[in-house]
Amino acid sequence: MSTTNHGNSALAGSTAVPGRIPPILSVQDLTMHYTTRKGDVWAVDDVSFDVARGHSLGLVGESGCGKTSVALALLRLLPDNARILGGRVCLDGSDILSLDENELLKVRWKGISMVFQAAMNALDPVYRVGDQIVEALQTHLETMDDAKARQRVAKLFKLVGLDPMLMDRYPHEFSGGMRQRAVIAMALSCEPDVIVADEPTTALDVIVQDRILRQMRAIQKRLDMGMIYISHDIAVIAEVSDRIAVMYAGRMVELADAVDVFERPMHPYTCALMGAFPSIRGEKRELVTLPGEPPDLLHPPPGCRFHPRCPRATEICMERVPPFSEVNGERFLACWHPVQNSSGRSRPQTAGANGPPASCRHDVRNARGGYARPGEVTHG
Amino acid sequence: MAEVLDNALGALTGLIKVERLRKLFPVAAGLFQQTHSFIHAVDNISFGIQAGQSLGLVGESGCGKTTTGKLLVRLLDPSAGHIYVNDAELGQVDLAELGGKQLKTFRRRVQMIFQDPYESLNPRRTVYDTVVEPLTVQGVGNLAWREEQVASLLELVGLTPASSFMFRFPHELSGGQRQRVAIARALIVEPVFIVADEPTSMLDVSIRTGVMQLMLELAERFGVSYLYITHDLAVARYMCQEIAVMYLGKIVEQGETEELLAQPLHPYTRALISAVPIPDPRLKREAIEIKGGVAAPVDPPPRCRFYDRCPIADDACRDSEHPLLEDKGGGHLVACYKV
Repeated sequence: MSTTNHGNSALAGSTAVPGRIPPILSVQDLTMHYTTRKGDVWAVDDVSFDVARGHSLGLVGESGCGKTSVALALLRLLPDNARILGGRVCLDGSDILSLDENELLKVRWKGISMVFQAAMNALDPVYRVGDQIVEALQTHLETMDDAKARQRVAKLFKLVGLDPMLMDRYPHEFSGGMRQRAVIAMALSCEPDVIVADEPTTALDVIVQDRILRQMRAIQKRLDMGMIYISHDIAVIAEVSDRIAVMYAGRMVELADAVDVFERPMHPYTCALMGAFPSIRGEKRELVTLPGEPPDLLHPPPGCRFHPRCPRATEICMERVPPFSEVNGERFLACWHPVQNSSGRSRPQTAGANGPPASCRHDVRNARGGYARPGEVTHG
Repeated sequence: MAEVLDNALGALTGLIKVERLRKLFPVAAGLFQQTHSFIHAVDNISFGIQAGQSLGLVGESGCGKTTTGKLLVRLLDPSAGHIYVNDAELGQVDLAELGGKQLKTFRRRVQMIFQDPYESLNPRRTVYDTVVEPLTVQGVGNLAWREEQVASLLELVGLTPASSFMFRFPHELSGGQRQRVAIARALIVEPVFIVADEPTSMLDVSIRTGVMQLMLELAERFGVSYLYITHDLAVARYMCQEIAVMYLGKIVEQGETEELLAQPLHPYTRALISAVPIPDPRLKREAIEIKGGVAAPVDPPPRCRFYDRCPIADDACRDSEHPLLEDKGGGHLVACYKV
């Protein structure tokens, strides 16, 4: 980590949402390694972001880029071989990383709760679904008696679109979508300030996914929670996020307003990611192929971790880590040679459905032919 | 049933012609009890694939996509129906009726690529062993020739230099590389038809596009047709000239890709398309709600399969058999009474 520029985000101010609402959750320079027999895996390196009440942050990246590690670190649910080497995770002013076990218990569920990817494994098969939520309620809210808790569970079931009559069923009697709803109900049970959703719909069919996405978004707005939504699918991220953070190989590469990330991506990796996703809307265009594969985090490349695959890479990228710093206000970027968009906001640009904006096009290798984009939509 | 599609029986022009294909799985009630009910996994489906063209088979999990794929390469034996294959070497054959030696010869012409490259490759075999096996089984060529073939194919699927990959084991490869090995194994016997069962759904975005593009290039180069099974309409759009939408063992709509995506006619296809998230934060999709979820088609009643969830169904849909696929113009086939 010799060239890592500590404290960049602190200098740059808050990474929070436009409008400068004070963040409920603030992560600063979080660095975490996994110790393995082969050496240290540099899983999370200097990651900083903020989440405000009522806003959702989409955390996007490929598998192994550190998305889930970040989520687990927020709740201190990391496996034994994980070591947090630095940084702070502030929830409503208190640093989660410095809490002792007892204090931590109070923060989990009430302060911050998590929806896991595999709903099948998140529920105990031998207990009734309702009872599992009642247990969570009574553990964290001491004053809850049985009757009150069951009432609350019934309300939660309705909130996530489940029939309260199903409370006394067992998990195996639920379909995949119903289980995921139950897990979401459980995560909401203690009315957390922040909810972390780690690929909650990845295993589900598209129609069920659609319903759950809509519901989660509505509930999050209604309860005025902060949400961190983790997914590898930029289309899903586009639907649920106010702001988007893009991770690559354990580092944050870009963080900005959702529309900006899609319409004016500045990091070459973000550009490639936008161009690699097929869409059923808009003109059919050539998909962008990114050469190579993500690096092995046992031996991450020096300098910018994206440089071996980056079409814009120069010498500086191989030697020095680009700082994750504020550009153009409200957006953050870690790149020595960002994709510039000279004409700014007023320029007509098409969004993700029609491919990356013009400024990105020549930046990505292997893009055969141009993007056919007749009938551009003019924004603003 | 499905008479609409029967007319070309004598003069088979396409590469593959599936007719009234059916697969029932018995629901076992107990060890000594008789089987009373069946899951109608694939129920009287008919479709054709032209040489050099690819058909995308889309639908939710449990709709019979994979069963259809397995039937087409005879990993499963159909309960009824025909699978006619027009082959330059062997002439017109009904794959459903082949057995023994004939079937083995035919396996050279049709191959399959599976979803999970972590499970479809034998962890104790090297890349070379895996890729060469179809040639060994088929007894084609001598050792030196086979080795040459494997090397040139590995180069072709982007595992370069071949010599450095040949004797690696699957655990030494990434997901994308494994799927490339699986593609090489399918291609080595020079098939005319490949069933690809969600070949890219386990891969990461930046790798997925590469594999998709490779498959398109190889299709063009070798003149291979795919039956491309996927739950992702956006992927099907890139890989296939035609899309067929399956629901509970039936094809409910089939048509040219862009036409089907732009003008879906069947209420299920409409709901499916409206539920696909769009990578554009400004766009607000309108929701087409359909009720309930997919249930297993155990002895389905004689009515439209989609009746229980359909927003536009009426009594006629409940009282009649499942509707036949009808041409609504330009080869856009729909199975619905209300369209």
